[in-house]
Amino acid sequence: MTAIANDEPGLEIETVVNGAPVRARVAVRQSLVDWLRDDLGLTGSHVGCEHGVCGACTVVVDGVCVRGCLMLAVQADGASIETIEGASASGRLAALQEAFYTRAALQCGFCTPGMLLTAAELLAGDDKPDRETIREALSGNYCRCTGYQAIIDAVEAASTSEKR
Amino acid sequence: MSDRLAVNRPLAHDSAAKHVAGEAVYIDDMPEPSRCLEVYVAWADRAHARLLKLDLDAVRRASGVVAVVTTDDIPGHTDISPVGRHDEPVFAAETVQFWGQALFAVAACDVHTARRAAGLAVIAYEDLEPRLDVDAARAAEDYVWPPAHFVRGDTEAGLARATRRLDGRVTMGGQDHFYLEGHVALAIPGEDGDMTVFSSTQHPSEVQHMVAHVLGIPSNSVTVEVRRMGGGFGGKETQSNLFACVAALVARKTSRPAKCRLDRDDDMIMTGKRHDFTVDYKLGFDDDGRIEAVDMHFASRCGYSADLSGPINDRALFHADNCYFYPDVSLLCHPCRTNMASATAFRGFGGPQGMVAAERVIEEIAIACGLDPLEVRKRNFYGDGERAITPYHMTIEDNVIERVVAEVEKDSDYWTKRDAVRRFNAENRWQKKGLALTPVKFGISFTMTAYNQAGALVHIYKDGSVHLNHGGTEMGQGLFVKVAQVVAEELQLPLERIKITATTTAKVPNTSATAASSGSDLNGMAAQAAARTLRDRLTAFAAEQHQAEPSEVYWLPGRIAVKGNEIAFADLVHDAYMARIPLSATGFYKTPEIHWDRAAGRGKPFYYFAYGAACSEVTIDTLTGEYRVDRVDIVHDVGRSLNPAIDAGQIEGGFIQGMGWLTTEELVWDEQGRLRTHAPSTYKIPTCADRPEIFNLRLLENENPKATIHRSKAVGEPPLMLAISVWQALSDAVAATADHQHPARLDPPATPEKVLMAIGRLAEIEATKEAAE
Repeated sequence: MTAIANDEPGLEIETVVNGAPVRARVAVRQSLVDWLRDDLGLTGSHVGCEHGVCGACTVVVDGVCVRGCLMLAVQADGASIETIEGASASGRLAALQEAFYTRAALQCGFCTPGMLLTAAELLAGDDKPDRETIREALSGNYCRCTGYQAIIDAVEAASTSEKR
Repeated sequence: MSDRLAVNRPLAHDSAAKHVAGEAVYIDDMPEPSRCLEVYVAWADRAHARLLKLDLDAVRRASGVVAVVTTDDIPGHTDISPVGRHDEPVFAAETVQFWGQALFAVAACDVHTARRAAGLAVIAYEDLEPRLDVDAARAAEDYVWPPAHFVRGDTEAGLARATRRLDGRVTMGGQDHFYLEGHVALAIPGEDGDMTVFSSTQHPSEVQHMVAHVLGIPSNSVTVEVRRMGGGFGGKETQSNLFACVAALVARKTSRPAKCRLDRDDDMIMTGKRHDFTVDYKLGFDDDGRIEAVDMHFASRCGYSADLSGPINDRALFHADNCYFYPDVSLLCHPCRTNMASATAFRGFGGPQGMVAAERVIEEIAIACGLDPLEVRKRNFYGDGERAITPYHMTIEDNVIERVVAEVEKDSDYWTKRDAVRRFNAENRWQKKGLALTPVKFGISFTMTAYNQAGALVHIYKDGSVHLNHGGTEMGQGLFVKVAQVVAEELQLPLERIKITATTTAKVPNTSATAASSGSDLNGMAAQAAARTLRDRLTAFAAEQHQAEPSEVYWLPGRIAVKGNEIAFADLVHDAYMARIPLSATGFYKTPEIHWDRAAGRGKPFYYFAYGAACSEVTIDTLTGEYRVDRVDIVHDVGRSLNPAIDAGQIEGGFIQGMGWLTTEELVWDEQGRLRTHAPSTYKIPTCADRPEIFNLRLLENENPKATIHRSKAVGEPPLMLAISVWQALSDAVAATADHQHPARLDPPATPEKVLMAIGRLAEIEATKEAAE
């Protein structure tokens, strides 16, 4: 898909995506996640429900997790955006990634990037969350495969990992 | 820990490293080929209507529209019934049969343009009365499949003879799959009219067949490929066909690649779901809670077409006994045609619905006799001899349910907990606790015997690296890593030497759907056969080279030993290549022993059974109907696990998915036949916060007595039914509000509203009783 759909008005935005400046003309009605996926090729953020409920499209905007399907690309003008690709490359997810891998906290994997970014946000603000806190923090990210048991275990394990 | 090199080990999912880095590629993540079109499928907003006019001129003229595809653009067959019933048109022609039925497709450079243009269609309907309930369908005797009837003994006589009699009805809801990745297909036209389709499907061979069918070309002109799905759960067994066909039709018409991806609402509106059922039961039993006769009449809403409803409804009957012996039994099922999306496969495939009926029967008897339901369950378990025969005349030979239940009883400390629950309920007025321990016995094999076959293809390249392909598809369940473990074991190689490759109809033909929990049973055996052929060739070659007998060639990790020589696998392969030994092989497997005569209601439809049991403890708030699941203890039988980490994930995930079906996931259609719960805003699958606070899971120490792949058992579907314990625990808590004097009659999904209403019903009964006194 092209940046500007047929007859669609566009706007110039300036952002930083995964640490690199990106200047682009985007369609005014394009969602942030569509722009990241379709125009920048950052397909690690997934489109699940397009209602802001499932959390598969979670990305980080100015340090805060947002729903990439509920935010327009134009709203990201001037913002710094981090996707799973950038967060992974930075190494800041290493403890969580290892814990998810080791504890088999994923199956189809579609929810995993969003789940990791949300979990990382939790751990950044709370060093040793108890399981109740983890459950609550992740309750906005759907997983249809695992039943969440392994995910909670993994986040708990990552919170005590030396890699943090 | 296993003494085996690769199998029986808790190895990571083959894509785990990619998943945590966001690098795993789903179909919508693939770079679109140049000039790729995006397709929107327009659907009818009527459940039942005559299509008087479909004027698409304005759609065609709309800015950005490249093509519009209708029935008239279909060069081949216009029907894609997966069971050959000719009741599933690609696009509705004269009559619209459900709200959400495809009418036409629009292609543009982006889907938003296509979607907006579709809204310009001028459509005129003549409304017809939609049929939405089973009673009306039964009155009209309109079934999508001939009803099945399983009979053993004389049920009428059994009921007449019985000490106690009881009748009732249970209804249960359907379920949306809510795979996180919705339906998607990318079609790329090739030369000679060929078509390649990347489809998010559990059944590539069927998609291939359907695409060939609608394009009017032979199957050898169509290639269907899928590396992975973002979840399937049965929802991509047949439901992928339409979107793959539409993408291919656009690609054919425009000679351009075309992608069709549904947004969540369209996906939920247009595609089929788990069947809801109504079951009317008549029971005969004695004062000790022993079942004497059971008569069950099932009816399901199958939607407008047959799809897989025949075998799904049959499987409901196959599991209406669960683990219990019914001395005289009659099980009848009517698969009813309704004006709804065609209900389809969903993990368990009718089995869960049959089992819900069985557990309702136990609940009723327990209340009637004033016994603990667990006691009633145990008294009715299948036994030996006459008591080991199912309603379909198959003798159960591998029954371990008493052992499984005993282990859960111990793990959960059931009887101590029962006392604690009783005390809690005596001391608390507004909160009540409930407890239930329920068993699962699930039959493994496709009941359509022909589907129980699989193929695999294994190449060894000159450098000693191995390429693995088979007919199974990966939807997250870990099939690919399991089959790779089997091949690694056979060739004594580390897992990373086995390249896992996308499922494609070009490598392994005529495959069955990855369904019926059969993925690793069938494809594991087929891949093992292919690997063994190669191993045998290499063994013979090494023996000849060293003047030895084949029995003197030993396979060790990464090497072979023969007559005092050790030869690395890569060297052996290189030498074999130079000696012109073929290094590619196919493998094939068909499940032995099974047969089924549907007309007679007799046979051995299952190769074996998988067993499990769960104990759930819940607390309800009697003022709001809200509840939480406090604790769950599970013991589940996977035979000798190929991969305990993967299997545990299947059990945990299956349980929670089943819990969703039985508790919060409620599908609501209005009187016009419009699905009102077509998004996660109104349709609630379990979240992290809904899961039980304490969740204990153990795999049963067991091995499959049947010669399955490394004596493992299938694990995909059976754990879903462990969640029946949650529903039964909720029923127990509701019944506690009236001191277990009356059955709760809490029909799933047991939403908080339903719990509240069930409590209200019991309060009314009690009030009437008091007034009478």
